[in-house]
Parts: sequence; C-alpha cells; structure tokens
Amino acid sequence: MLKDITLGQFFPGTTIVHRLDPRTKLILLVVYIVALFTAKGFLSYGAVLAFLVLAVGLSRIPVKTLMKSLKPLLIVIAITGLLNLFYTEGRVLARFWVFQITVEGIIAAFLMVLRISMLVAGTFLLTYTTSPIALTDGLELLMGPLKKLRVPVHELSMMMCIALRFIPTLTEETDKIISAQKARGADFETGNLLRRGKALLPILVPLFISAFRRADELATAMECRCYHGGEGRTRLRQPRYLMHDFLALALGLLLLAGVITLRLLGL
Amino acid sequence: MQPILQTKQLCHTYSSGTPFEHTALDRVDFRIERGEFLGIIGHTGSGKSTLIRHLNALLRPSAGQVLLDGEDIWKDKAFTRQARFRVGLVFQYPEYQLFEETVYKDIAFGPKNMGLEAREVDRRVREALGFVGLGEELLEKSPFDLSGGQKRRVAIAGVIAMEPEVLILDEPTAGLDPAGCEAILENIRAFQRSKGAAVVMVSHSMEEVAANVRRLVVMDHGRIFADGSPTEVFARAEELRAIGLTIPQVTEVFRRLRALGLDLPAVYTTGQAKAAILARRGAGTC
Repeated sequence: MLKDITLGQFFPGTTIVHRLDPRTKLILLVVYIVALFTAKGFLSYGAVLAFLVLAVGLSRIPVKTLMKSLKPLLIVIAITGLLNLFYTEGRVLARFWVFQITVEGIIAAFLMVLRISMLVAGTFLLTYTTSPIALTDGLELLMGPLKKLRVPVHELSMMMCIALRFIPTLTEETDKIISAQKARGADFETGNLLRRGKALLPILVPLFISAFRRADELATAMECRCYHGGEGRTRLRQPRYLMHDFLALALGLLLLAGVITLRLLGL
Repeated sequence: MQPILQTKQLCHTYSSGTPFEHTALDRVDFRIERGEFLGIIGHTGSGKSTLIRHLNALLRPSAGQVLLDGEDIWKDKAFTRQARFRVGLVFQYPEYQLFEETVYKDIAFGPKNMGLEAREVDRRVREALGFVGLGEELLEKSPFDLSGGQKRRVAIAGVIAMEPEVLILDEPTAGLDPAGCEAILENIRAFQRSKGAAVVMVSHSMEEVAANVRRLVVMDHGRIFADGSPTEVFARAEELRAIGLTIPQVTEVFRRLRALGLDLPAVYTTGQAKAAILARRGAGTC
C-alpha cells in the first residue's frame, strides 16, 4: 500500500536526459509548464506534447511507469474533466436533467485533462531522471542570487535534500509500525471518523518518536563531519554546462516562443 | 495430530508487475506443531521475515495457503482477526512500537483489542509482566523512561499478554548485551513451558538458535533449504557455508576433530561439548 508512493523516486540511467545538468532540467520544466499553460489550440498543445514525447523517449522511462504516476491524481483529473464537460457554454449536443454537453465542452474537457496529465508527467519525468542530490544542488545553484537577499538558500536546499532522502526510510518505518500494531489487533478500517482518528495514535506516536530520534542522530553525524552550513562549502561534483545543455535549453525556448506566437496569432 | 500452523505452496511476490518485482517466497511448505520450539535461520533477504508476516495474516499470499488449525487464515474477516490474536508476532526491535502513556496501558493494548473484560485484561497484563521478568512498580511508568532492555521486555509482554497459541519472535535479542539476551530467552522459555504455546524464533545467530530449539528450519532464496533437528541440519555444514551461513563454532571444532579421527559425537552447544569431553576423559581415552 505505502510502497506505491513514487514521489521523489529516481530511476538511475545514463541517457541524455539523465545526464543533463539539473539546472537545465529545472529551467526546462519551468519553460515547459509556462508553455503548457500558454497553449490554447490543438496546434500548440501538439507542440508541447511533442516536446514531452521527445523527452520521455530519450529518457527511456517506460510509458507505463509514467502512467502509473498519474494514478493518485485520477480523481482530480476526472472531476476537472467532468466539470469542463458539463459547464462549458456553446453549441448543445445533448441534454439530460440539469446537464448539457456542448461541442466546446468536449474540447475543453479533453484539453484540460491533457493539460493536467502532461503537467504531472513532465514533473515526474524530472524526478525520475534526476537524483534527489542533483536536484537540490540544481535548486541551490539556481537560487544562488537570492543569497544576496539573505535567503538561506543552502539551508533550504539541504533541508529539502534531507526530506527527500528520508521519504523511503519513513515509509518503511511506517509500514513496520502499522504491521506491528496490526499484529496486536489494532483496527484501522472500521468505526466512525473519530474512532479511526484515534486508531492512528498507535502509529503516529512511535513514528514521531522515531523521526525525532533519527533527526537527532543525523544532526550528530553531520556535526561529527564538521558540517556548519553553506559558508565556504565546495562540491564533490562541480556541475558544468555542456553542449547538450545549451541545445536542450534552445529547444525549450523555441517551444515557448512557438507557443506564444501561436497564441498571439490566435490559432 | 494436525499442526497448529501450516503453509501450503505459499508464494509471495513483492511489487508484482513493476521493474522492482521480487519473489520473496517460492512454494514454501512448512508446518509448526503445537507446543514446539522452532528456529528459523537464513541470511538477510532469504524470505524469513516475509514468511512470518504470512503466519499471522499481515501479508496476503500471492499464491498458496496458510492454515491455522486446518482452516485457511484468509477464510473470512473475523477469522483473520482471530488469527492475529492466536498467532502473536514480535517484530525486530519491538521497543519502537511502544506508544502509550504507561507501561500498563501499552501491554493492555492487545488484550483490549481482543475485547476482553477489564478484569481479564488486568490479570493478563500482570502475568505478562511477570513472564518478562519486570516488577509491578514499572506499570505506572511511561514506557519511554525505561532502559532499552526494559522497553524490549515491555514490548514482548504486549504480545505475550494476548496469550497466543503460537509466539513468533523476529530476532528478539538483536542489539542486547549477552546477559540481556540470555534473560529474554529464559523469559520466552518460561512462557512456552507454562502456556504450552509453540514458539518460533527467527535469528541469524546459529549459537543462539542451536541452544534453544528442537527443530531448525533454514531458508535460502525464498525456499526451505533444510528442516530438521539441529544435528541433522548442522551435518550439512558445507552446504550451509555455500549459502552464506555458518554452523556454531563448537560444532565446527568437533567436526574437524572427528575428521582427524577422534571419536566424538556431534554437538552444537558448549554445554554438550563439555559433557562429551568429560565423558571421554572418564573413559580414559584422552
């Protein structure tokens, strides 16, 4: 059950998408999302979709895996689709009870479902192909200028890195505690909301205690290795922009420019 | 007589249908007799933890069956719930599952879930505490104020208080000092003797298991590799080494002495070794 959480999961690989600089990938994701939300007609949607298909193809991440990441959002996607389907004014195709289906509604629903799915798929492609460490490194470097404004950029990215690192650990821990309490006859599935809330106590208390214990141990371990924040800290892997990074960025900007042009032209 | 617990062609596959697919159990046939003391040994990832989770219905088999008293453990919801009480499972490092304000409430968690009356719960809590060798003065303390060894005992008491017919312990002595280990093992033996329950101990310490159990099951790659008395199992020392396990040191020493031509019996505890050596001295052949 908990094993199905794929948030922040990373599939190691050596494809060009994996090897891109994390900063490039982060910028590309932003560009991609902006393009996705600027897109209006079928043509521009097609362009953004082509970009996604290209990225997925190059990354060799199985489409099935990517589809699976959409599963938790299925309800949100379905509701958005239905709302668009029923509540768009236009040429009426069918009508029953208080609902009406219009041509425009069908198009709007289709595009909206496509948009959300593509948004999620693009974001997951980033985490699938980028290790959490590379990701936080990239974020830190991109947000570097904010240091001038006294934003604790390094500390924030270190926090994010640790949080990502501990998702699987805490998931496993939760699984273990749930099993242990189930073995003592704890029942999480029956009763009203209050009872179910109360039934969570035997899981939450040990989980919090163990999280605090781990945090404590981690802090000690970091201090033992003389960690004292970002000041004067160097990196094991100095990220460098290579030719393929510039190419990828150029492609991304081309996409954005194209989509904006299409929108201005009203296509 | 029917075994209390039995698995029939039990299979378990994790993350089925993904790149992470992994077969943890492969057609396991295995039985636990009433009142016996059984050891399960295997290196990390051999499937022993998966197997014991099946024995009290925490995992659903991918294929095959688990029979409790001859009935399928997944027969219906009520029976599954019953099975969790009748087969008590103590996890590795069980002290991390403590959560109540007092030791008393924590031990009472299991019995209360069984729906027992307050008086019966009270009797069981006190008796379980006795089995693990703790004094009643601890009952009103917070479990988080206890020492590591005491916490472990409280957690074990929490399962013992359900008075299971089969008590399964996953590495109950991991991370304890030798005196603490021996004390906990003695507690478990006391519980077994007085309640006639079957006890299954999972471990990777050969010495510890050999000294306590009558029957030993060795697991490797999700299958039962060997099943028999410690003497029978340790006779296959070479094969055990091939799958990454060792036999107790004293057994190995005696085996090599036998290979040198000395007439010695197979032993697996230092106590037995001592008796064997003294017997030979008595016979005047040394």
